[in-house]
Amino acid sequence: MSASPPYLQVEGLRRDFDLSRAALLRALTGEPRRILRAVDGVDFAIPRGETFGLVGESGSGKSTLAKMIVGLLPPSAGRTLIDGLDLAAPPSTAARRALRRRIQMVFQDPYASLNPRWRVGAIIAEPIGAFQLRAGRAAIAARVRELLELVGLSAADARKYPHEFSGGQRQRIAIARALASEAEFLVCDEPTSALDVSIQAQILNLLRDLQARLGITYLLITHNLAVVRFLSTRIGVMYLGRLVEIADGEALFAAPRHPYSRMLLDATPDLAMTGRGRLRIGGEPPNPLAPPAGCGFHPRCPRAQPRCRIEAPALRNGVACHDPLGAGDSVGAAR
Amino acid sequence: MTGPLLEVRDLVVDFQTRRGKLRALDGVSFSLARGETLGMVGESGAGKSLAGSAIVGLVDPPGRIAGGEIRLDGERIDRLSEAQMRAVRGRRIGIVFQDPLTSLDPLMRVGDQLVETLRAHLGLSPARARERAIAWLAEVGVAAAEQRIDSYPHEFSGGMRQRVVIALALCAEPELVIADEPTTALDVSVQAQIVDLLKTLSRRHGAAVLLITHDMGVIAEAADRVAVMYAGRIVEIGPVRDIVQAPRHPYARGLMAAIPSLHARPDRLAQMPGAMPRLSALPAGCAFAPRCPDVLGRCATERPGLELSGERGIACWRESSR
Repeated sequence: MSASPPYLQVEGLRRDFDLSRAALLRALTGEPRRILRAVDGVDFAIPRGETFGLVGESGSGKSTLAKMIVGLLPPSAGRTLIDGLDLAAPPSTAARRALRRRIQMVFQDPYASLNPRWRVGAIIAEPIGAFQLRAGRAAIAARVRELLELVGLSAADARKYPHEFSGGQRQRIAIARALASEAEFLVCDEPTSALDVSIQAQILNLLRDLQARLGITYLLITHNLAVVRFLSTRIGVMYLGRLVEIADGEALFAAPRHPYSRMLLDATPDLAMTGRGRLRIGGEPPNPLAPPAGCGFHPRCPRAQPRCRIEAPALRNGVACHDPLGAGDSVGAAR
Repeated sequence: MTGPLLEVRDLVVDFQTRRGKLRALDGVSFSLARGETLGMVGESGAGKSLAGSAIVGLVDPPGRIAGGEIRLDGERIDRLSEAQMRAVRGRRIGIVFQDPLTSLDPLMRVGDQLVETLRAHLGLSPARARERAIAWLAEVGVAAAEQRIDSYPHEFSGGMRQRVVIALALCAEPELVIADEPTTALDVSVQAQIVDLLKTLSRRHGAAVLLITHDMGVIAEAADRVAVMYAGRIVEIGPVRDIVQAPRHPYARGLMAAIPSLHARPDRLAQMPGAMPRLSALPAGCAFAPRCPDVLGRCATERPGLELSGERGIACWRESSR
């Protein structure tokens, strides 16, 4: 990795949700406060122009983490630095505005994220006008055409409405709109989960192409391991609000060190049909409202020791486990 | 009986709309042997779920079966009355849908739902049905089944609910189970458990499975044979290993190549241009021709039929001209 500071730096991010009933009801019933810790002390960094993939199952906190990173949700603790600037405390209003322009999001559902009453041209032109990136209608229209072509659509598509496009084309429109503000950092939350396989390949290729051409930095959030493998240079595995492993994609897929990462890989159907010995994860992700004591994964972990039930392991050398897997280690009892 | 358990021949399903008739399934033929698992794969709108619904008589209007025949154990079931069909569904054909909440009544204890099914289809006494219901819950992996039998669906997690649905689908000992995207709504780690469970239980109870999914990985794990659908037709059918490792229809080839791998990180994925045509704008010839890298002249005008040789069938002019 380069010596220059990373583009994005996440430090000790935490987010609690208070799900308690009203104070009066609590006083009457003697019910305690109910706090859901969705994200519990997450640190990582992304170098400029690279892709960091966050994988995890539902309830792992990955989407909450993404919302804090783009500033849609204030963190309970910790901070996010973008190019050295603190997102929550920018030096001035102008700096905040400039920072906002540089970060954009691409969502899972391209049907829900585009205004159905606006023509595609207007949808893409809006951020260009709002951030005053081009002056005059002709210049804005020219920029819209350029963006449409950049994402593989045609200039004539600017006149159409979102409903005239297929799901894959709508995701291209959403990407064009994200790029319209000249964003340098895209947070992609399950960008291809709603798409069919052949369309998914088109969008994944487009995201790789755009990164190569424009040097964009990506944070990818997904539950799909194959998607994260294809797009990411570095990958973080989340479980119950914590990063349990963080590694380069190559290393993670060749030799996962956290038992959960290993079992997640094993749970993914193998198209190569090699018939390799695979381990099934028993049980389901626990309720984040009542997380297990100690390591959150211990009730499902075949390697759990007494210590795991008491003490949550810290992330050290890229893995949060009291007994990480070594090369060639088996996870435990085979199925 | 030595014939196939399920035989679908030239099945046609039309939808009458204001703008005319849309043909959603166009001459679909396949058969399923006793105890066999046939995977049906395709993108959204390809007709795979509709084929499943047609078999159990659940095509909603304005859709209707406009041609072909469906035989279960040699007997035609596509012409049965709704009352006769109700006796087939549940008893002879079990159904597992994507969302367990569509199969479970939220206001009824899961045990009562199992008991109702067992009594209706197998004519068991209430006490005997409850015993069997507990045994089924235990068999699908619900811990403490004696207590959990009196819980409501919302008291179960998503994976546990799908286990209950599998118990419901199998408890009347049907000969065939139709599973439509049974793992799509579940987490990755739970998906694998449900695929395993469906595989183990159908094998143990001798049920054949029609496994409908968009996920080629699930098919590779669980199916014996696979049918690849595109725009309302089967374009390729054959043993799962052959189709996953050496698909021959250009669409099946493109589909397999487009799936990102866990084992490597190429710079690009193989990519098919465009998207599947809408039913209202199907081309005159082969529906895949506009996206096909390998078209012949006749592909634009004539539709290729599914040509069978041995276990393998392919609907492609290029293949049949070889």
